[in-house]
Amino acid sequence: MTDLGSLQERVRAAASARRPLLIRAGGSKDFYGGPLKGELLDVSAVSGITHCEPTELVISAQAGTRLADIERVLASFAQMLACEPPQFDGWATIGGAVASGLSGPRRAYCGALRDFVLGIEMIDGRGGLLRFGGRVIKNVAGFDVSRLMTGSLGTLGVLTEITLKTVPRPRAECTLRFEMDQPKALESMARWAARPLPLSATAWHEGALHVRLSGADAAVSSACGALGGEIMAGADAYWESVREQQLPFFAAARELWRISLPPHSPPLPVVGPTLIEWGGSLRWLPGPQDGSDLQALAARIGGHASLYRAFSKPSGSPFQPLSPAMLAVHKRLKAAFDPQGILNPGRLYPDL
Amino acid sequence: MFVGSNPTLSATRVMAVYHQVIERLRRVLPAAAVLSSPEELKPYECDALTLYRQLPLAVTLPADEAQVIAVLRICHEAKIPIIARGAGTGLSGGATPRSDAVLLSLARLNRIIGIDPLARTARVQPGVRNLAISEAAAPHDLYYAPDPSSQIACTIGGNVAENSGGVHCLKYGLTVHNVLALRVVTIEGEVLEIGSAAPDAPGYDLLALLTGSEGLLGVVTEVTVRLIPKPECARVVLAVFDSLTRAGQAVADVIAAGIIPAGLEMMDRPTIAAVEPFVNAGYPLDAEAILLCESDGTPEAVEEEIVRMEAVMRGAGATACRVSCDEAERLRFWAGRKAAFPAMGALSPDYYCMDGSIPRKRLAAVLQEIRRMEARYGLRCANVFHAGDGNLHPLILFDSNIADEVARAEAFGAEILELCVREGGSITGEHGVGVEKIDQMCVQFGGDELETFHAVKRAFDALGLLNPGKAVPTLHRCAELGRLHVHAGKVPHPQLPRF
Ligand SMILES: Cc1cc2nc3c(=O)[nH]c(=O)nc-3n(C[C@H](O)[C@H](O)[C@H](O)COP(=O)(O)OP(=O)(O)OC[C@H]3O[C@@H](n4cnc5c(N)ncnc54)[C@H](O)[C@@H]3O)c2cc1C
Repeated sequence: MTDLGSLQERVRAAASARRPLLIRAGGSKDFYGGPLKGELLDVSAVSGITHCEPTELVISAQAGTRLADIERVLASFAQMLACEPPQFDGWATIGGAVASGLSGPRRAYCGALRDFVLGIEMIDGRGGLLRFGGRVIKNVAGFDVSRLMTGSLGTLGVLTEITLKTVPRPRAECTLRFEMDQPKALESMARWAARPLPLSATAWHEGALHVRLSGADAAVSSACGALGGEIMAGADAYWESVREQQLPFFAAARELWRISLPPHSPPLPVVGPTLIEWGGSLRWLPGPQDGSDLQALAARIGGHASLYRAFSKPSGSPFQPLSPAMLAVHKRLKAAFDPQGILNPGRLYPDL
Repeated sequence: MFVGSNPTLSATRVMAVYHQVIERLRRVLPAAAVLSSPEELKPYECDALTLYRQLPLAVTLPADEAQVIAVLRICHEAKIPIIARGAGTGLSGGATPRSDAVLLSLARLNRIIGIDPLARTARVQPGVRNLAISEAAAPHDLYYAPDPSSQIACTIGGNVAENSGGVHCLKYGLTVHNVLALRVVTIEGEVLEIGSAAPDAPGYDLLALLTGSEGLLGVVTEVTVRLIPKPECARVVLAVFDSLTRAGQAVADVIAAGIIPAGLEMMDRPTIAAVEPFVNAGYPLDAEAILLCESDGTPEAVEEEIVRMEAVMRGAGATACRVSCDEAERLRFWAGRKAAFPAMGALSPDYYCMDGSIPRKRLAAVLQEIRRMEARYGLRCANVFHAGDGNLHPLILFDSNIADEVARAEAFGAEILELCVREGGSITGEHGVGVEKIDQMCVQFGGDELETFHAVKRAFDALGLLNPGKAVPTLHRCAELGRLHVHAGKVPHPQLPRF
């Protein structure tokens, strides 16, 4: 365990010299977000599970703790992190996962990573050590700064400890495979999601739809009966390769666009391969693509597009631009948490 | 600084500004949408925390977003505070008026804009009642999950502002988990589109920040919520316990067994005694506590889960377990829970509903401690609450006609909240801080955290005009109470102004 005091000292010194800091733990998401700028602030040594109580369904861990270690401990009492955040060859840490806000296959059916964040400890841009939220499921005292940190890519504070709500592992699980084209798959996913079925993941690519059902034995077996399709062997490995983006589709893409759409959106008018998750709400497209065209297209149907992974990082932001009114609020919030603008500047948007 | 608290303005000058503002409001709103006479203002003098009453300067009743914007612009320009109000069912005084502030009622923005059954979303105006959303979604076999007990009256705008919960939140989440997007008007009259029906909206998670912000950051003018499929079937186990400790243990055991009930509620002996004559649900009057534990899903899954739930309850020492055998019986078991608040009215002229949250495993210990406090304060307290969430609702019974009972009830409540913080919990699980728990905020948070809340507030509302004096105490107030966490003898950020 690194002493937090010395991290605070580093942040204070950087603030007074206005020297940018690049916050990093496992480095598994260096590819994600805007350019990497500043002096390295390594938080990987701030690690270890600090609190774990199966009957409370909560776990607290220091930011540099590997997700893989957390999942291992949770598995020992039949629990897990609900949204299945990617572990990226084991390097991903809980701090990095929360800072990037990336969820895995279960997200559309069980909630996003931010939905499970109960509390955080962080160092703000002045070097102050702050605690928000807590270890209880319900807590509405004060503004929800813990969730605000989720997905802020380190631009508002250095996360040092995180408390997450956990969920019991499903007792039964079964994956069905259906041969179908994209329009039919999108329609089926929307129709099934509107019925009380124990869905826990969906993925469509190369003409096949994969549907995972999880829950009580009886619920899973009756849903399997109701949906048809063929039962997939080796489903655990398949979903892990979706979560970890190790399918050939991902490996073949030098550049990857991530398009997020409202549920029940139509197929996108684009050529080339696509991989669809989250009931149709998440579409992956290999690059190169005309980014602003793609973002305009996504915006027209109520969504947004980001350059998830690029061969070489763009100089601007890979994320969909914010409206002027929203950007103004973002800048004021950034100034509230990090008045000198030293924490991961430009990682989310050039102005933050 | 507000007009009303500006020392350089004479009282006549202040009255003149108020008069002008009301005149300007009348020019942008229909005559019936600006109320200013005492008789008209009276119905708005308090929310459901009736201990605090105050007539507002005026009440405005806009009918659409354009009128909301107009009201905000006028007040912002004149530096008059604004307090948003939904149905006024809030229990922490979030919508309590001030004499120097305009009350902005969203009740007339009550249209359901659209329901998209295949996207499973509903777009509604903020004044739509919580239950009205589920009613409108029912033809599609969908519903809106968070179900506060006040759902026939409370508005979705109020739910967003308080991050409200309900009986089904253990399994289906709170408001923050079920809202997808908001339209919010800032104090300057600008519209922010926050979140989206598409997952992971770009930028900071302002959706989470706005949810539970008690009307301090902006006025919500539209809400998009997630709808979920109605379960095919639901059944409930009624488990009877002869000790609070064993009932508390059963709650922890259910969770430890990997079961997430659709609802897990506890009622203690005084509550049972109050509600049973009301509803004849068949609750045993000699029980120390009963638990209602619900399972929902497909009939097969419910059957499987109910068996496991019952086994856990018996294992934890339940003296009896009854499982609802049909929908009528299920509703009868729940009737007592739902009638608990009205039933208290028969026990006592007044009651004060508290709302703390604690780790589940501390339930029994905290309930025992509350029993001891009853003796100390000379007041009775009944407990009926969301046990599965660790969310207590002690109901302190008192009589406001007896000289010091109000003060004793408030002191009793404050001590319960401080106990929750000591146990690792929070001073509010779902009702918000409002005016009621503002002093306990000084116990739960240190000065640096409170300063951060003020900085967030300033990022949205530099003049502090939206719902002033609520939710976040000034450091000055905490210092005067002697409760500011002063680190190393230093007040945090001494250079910053204290307002
Ligand atoms: C009998 C009873 C039972 C209850 N049961 C529950 C329960 O089970 N769970 C629970 O969580 N709560 C419960 N409550 C509390 C209350 O109903 C909720 O807090 C509810 O969300 C308040 O909604 P409202 O429309 O009445 O809001 P109001 O009381 O009018 O306002 C509440 C807060 O929201 C702000 N506000 C309102 N509308 C807007 C808007 N459009 N934009 C910005 N800010 C706004 C107000 O300024 C205020 O701060 C109960 C209350 C009662 C009286």
